Amino acid sequence: MSLSLHINKEVHTVDAAPETPLLWVLRDYLGMVGTKFGCGQGACGACTVLLDGRPVRSCLTPVSAVGDQPIVTIEGLSLHGDHPLQKAWDAMDVPQCGYCQAGQIMTAAALLENTPHPTDEDIDSAMSGVLCRCATYVRIRAAIHEAAGQPAAKGGK
Amino acid sequence: MSLTQPLSRRDFFQLSALAGGGFALGLSLPVRAFAQMPEAPILTPSAFVQIAPDGVITIVARGAEIGQGIRTSLPLLIAEELDADWERVKVEQAHFDEAKFGPQWAGGSMTTPVSWNPMRQVGAAARAVLVQAAANRLKVPVGELTTSKSRVTHAASGRSLTYGELANDAAKLPAPNPTTVKLKDPKEYVLLGKRRPGRDNGAIVTGKPLFAIDVKLPGMLHAVFYKPMVFGARVKTANTDEILKLPGIRYCFVIAGAIQPSAVVPEEPGLSSGVAIVADHWYQAQRARRQLKVEWEMPEHPVPNSEDMEKRAHELAAQPGDVLHAQGDVVKALAGAAKTVEAVYSYPFLAHNTLEPQGATAWFHDGKMEMWTGSQMPGGGRTMVAKALGLAEADVSLHMLRAGGGFGRRLMNENMVEVATIAKQVPAPVKLIWSREDDIVGDCFRAGGTQFLKAGVDSSGALVAWQHRLVTFGEGKKYAPGADIDASEFPSGRIPNFEFASSTQPLWQRTGWLRAPGSNAHAWVVNSFLDELAHAAGIDPLEFQLSVIQREATPGTPAAKLAGTPDWLNGKRLADVLRKVAEVSDWKNRKSGNGHGFGIACHFCHLGYFAEVAEVKVDDSGAIWVEKVWAVGDVGRQLINPSAGEAQVEGSILEGISHMQQEITFEDGQVKQTMLAQQQLLRIRQAPKVEIHWITTDYDPTGLGEPALPPVLPAVANAVFAATGKRIRTLPLARSGFKLA
Repeated sequence: MSLSLHINKEVHTVDAAPETPLLWVLRDYLGMVGTKFGCGQGACGACTVLLDGRPVRSCLTPVSAVGDQPIVTIEGLSLHGDHPLQKAWDAMDVPQCGYCQAGQIMTAAALLENTPHPTDEDIDSAMSGVLCRCATYVRIRAAIHEAAGQPAAKGGK
Repeated sequence: MSLTQPLSRRDFFQLSALAGGGFALGLSLPVRAFAQMPEAPILTPSAFVQIAPDGVITIVARGAEIGQGIRTSLPLLIAEELDADWERVKVEQAHFDEAKFGPQWAGGSMTTPVSWNPMRQVGAAARAVLVQAAANRLKVPVGELTTSKSRVTHAASGRSLTYGELANDAAKLPAPNPTTVKLKDPKEYVLLGKRRPGRDNGAIVTGKPLFAIDVKLPGMLHAVFYKPMVFGARVKTANTDEILKLPGIRYCFVIAGAIQPSAVVPEEPGLSSGVAIVADHWYQAQRARRQLKVEWEMPEHPVPNSEDMEKRAHELAAQPGDVLHAQGDVVKALAGAAKTVEAVYSYPFLAHNTLEPQGATAWFHDGKMEMWTGSQMPGGGRTMVAKALGLAEADVSLHMLRAGGGFGRRLMNENMVEVATIAKQVPAPVKLIWSREDDIVGDCFRAGGTQFLKAGVDSSGALVAWQHRLVTFGEGKKYAPGADIDASEFPSGRIPNFEFASSTQPLWQRTGWLRAPGSNAHAWVVNSFLDELAHAAGIDPLEFQLSVIQREATPGTPAAKLAGTPDWLNGKRLADVLRKVAEVSDWKNRKSGNGHGFGIACHFCHLGYFAEVAEVKVDDSGAIWVEKVWAVGDVGRQLINPSAGEAQVEGSILEGISHMQQEITFEDGQVKQTMLAQQQLLRIRQAPKVEIHWITTDYDPTGLGEPALPPVLPAVANAVFAATGKRIRTLPLARSGFKLA
């Protein structure tokens, strides 16, 4: 089945079975491997992309359900890798293994769109669906605050 | 064995198995690593450092990056002694070649200790050549030259040359022996000890291909390998012909497998039986798996059942065990003690769950196997592949890629044998990716265990007797991988009447090493029980712990075998981190009770000393909020990159808390928790604040991948007791009536 997908402001045409999850279309058909496969069960959030601005699990989203809704992946979050979250993630040295971080950043980007100055509680509530096996959570909180233009809480946050 | 030789897998596994209990027994590697390495590898600086005439310096990172930050920290060691301009250094990943690069594995928190001297020597040797080249060019003595930021300066004449300008001259000079060049005084460090973001952060946050799973080769096919739900089962029949008709499927075949049934499954059990499905795209193979109809030949041996194993553990505890160490007369001392405490602690099997599932890529071409892997133990993987396929090791080449988490799982490498076996039958590169279910069911689990303890204090509250029975998995004193506890483990040697014995039951199931092996559960048992004894003796837990730690190990006991070497518990270092964590957490003034509590614990493992205090709140339903953890560490005189080092401490602490709610159980040989959501891995809402402090001691730096993990479990459990009066003796928490909120 031939499909036109609007990804990162470009139109891509792929020929894939309609039930193929968006994740695998991105990774295997289009070679955009920034979006990660963690569980295929919607439980880890590593595959999170923005679909019409909403964070969705691309591993559970059949490509046929996407239609012409705009998709933003980690590769398209900013033109030069300089989204405030990307800069904060580097500056606060958030990644350990780094595997989940695309999903973390995409989820955080959606959070900041709706809640530009989140509290710790806002962050915990928005981000609890995205697993970090290395448990970089302490720095994820700090980096989101940093990106929101708020100094991170002192004393070990 | 010398560090100049590539480590064999066996050497490492001896080391790893002992790691939790201190680096004990025969293996000399870690001791040598600390004795300034008389047989230190003489590494060729040019293998690690390339300086181009345009001034670009490329430093090769030799190790396996699993998130511990060594792709930044190892090049930093070279750059420091080289006086390179770090901002202009390019870091390149080494391919696998241990004859050239020395050890390239990652495990046991050993990368820092085995790299500290050789990597600095490489940098110093490269610098010496550049300085010599400058001395020749400027016709001045070497002693009048200084270096900084990739430049040699002759202050007296005001002349200077960049490393790039000297690169061609330097290339013509003989390389000095790295072991004879002078290393910097730590006071001169420009790069080490300062917080630096990881070198791959930019690529990570923009989604560049980095990980083994991201490999893409021309004409590459994608594979799944469908394996049995019960370890050791074999494919009898499979409808491979029907699978071949499905969209995108190129190959589908049965792999007979080579697992030899064993009650104590070794770390390399052999290739599993299963069905390989190879397709144009991975999801086609994964989807085709649903149509697969396999008739399995179940193993004839017993298979694990968690309920039976728990019952059997209690039966075994009532029978005599194998005494691994005894001193004094523990029975008499217990009978004469003013107070005795008895308790049974049990902990579950755990899965690793690296977020990047197991997988690798292999391409069999020109009679050789070329592979791409995120292995923690690439050399071991290469040996296994060569052996399984009848290839010479030299005909198996490895590209090392970043791994999406290690935690001990990627020491095992069976996924490399699987993909190589598949690729040998396919005329194209093949990438194998395990599904999450494959990764959970096919894990080499952290072994569960049950420990039976009895101890006594005298009328002054002093600990005088300790009787300890470990019931674990194995046959006699042959233990399943990672299921043993070393006889020298604390408090062995520090109690006048002591007995440590083990009993084993067969498992017929794979086990392995999970972050801080040997310590990740044992430290919880020992430090929880010490807390029980402190309360029984009416002594503050801090004072009680100090009173035992500060005792010298009795001469002649396993704990005193190599007293004075960094491999063995140094009571003063452990007591110092414990005192300091009490100070920074204001332990003395903390009041516990009414659902709010503080707990304290410490542990030595993997050459590192950590003490931690946890603050918890607990409600009437048993929901626990871990509010804050204070940690104090001592890993010697220098943190290479404090940002990465503290990241390891934060991650270890949070992972330890996560362990408290996780479990794997078996029913008729099948894992019951096959979905990620059932793994109960820690989420951000459950993550406490973490405050880290350091004590600097004059020892060579040691690793941080593991030692901060073990103390947090007892610190939290002791805090829950302080808050509620209820002792957690069974993990996961749910089996003790608690849960993390």
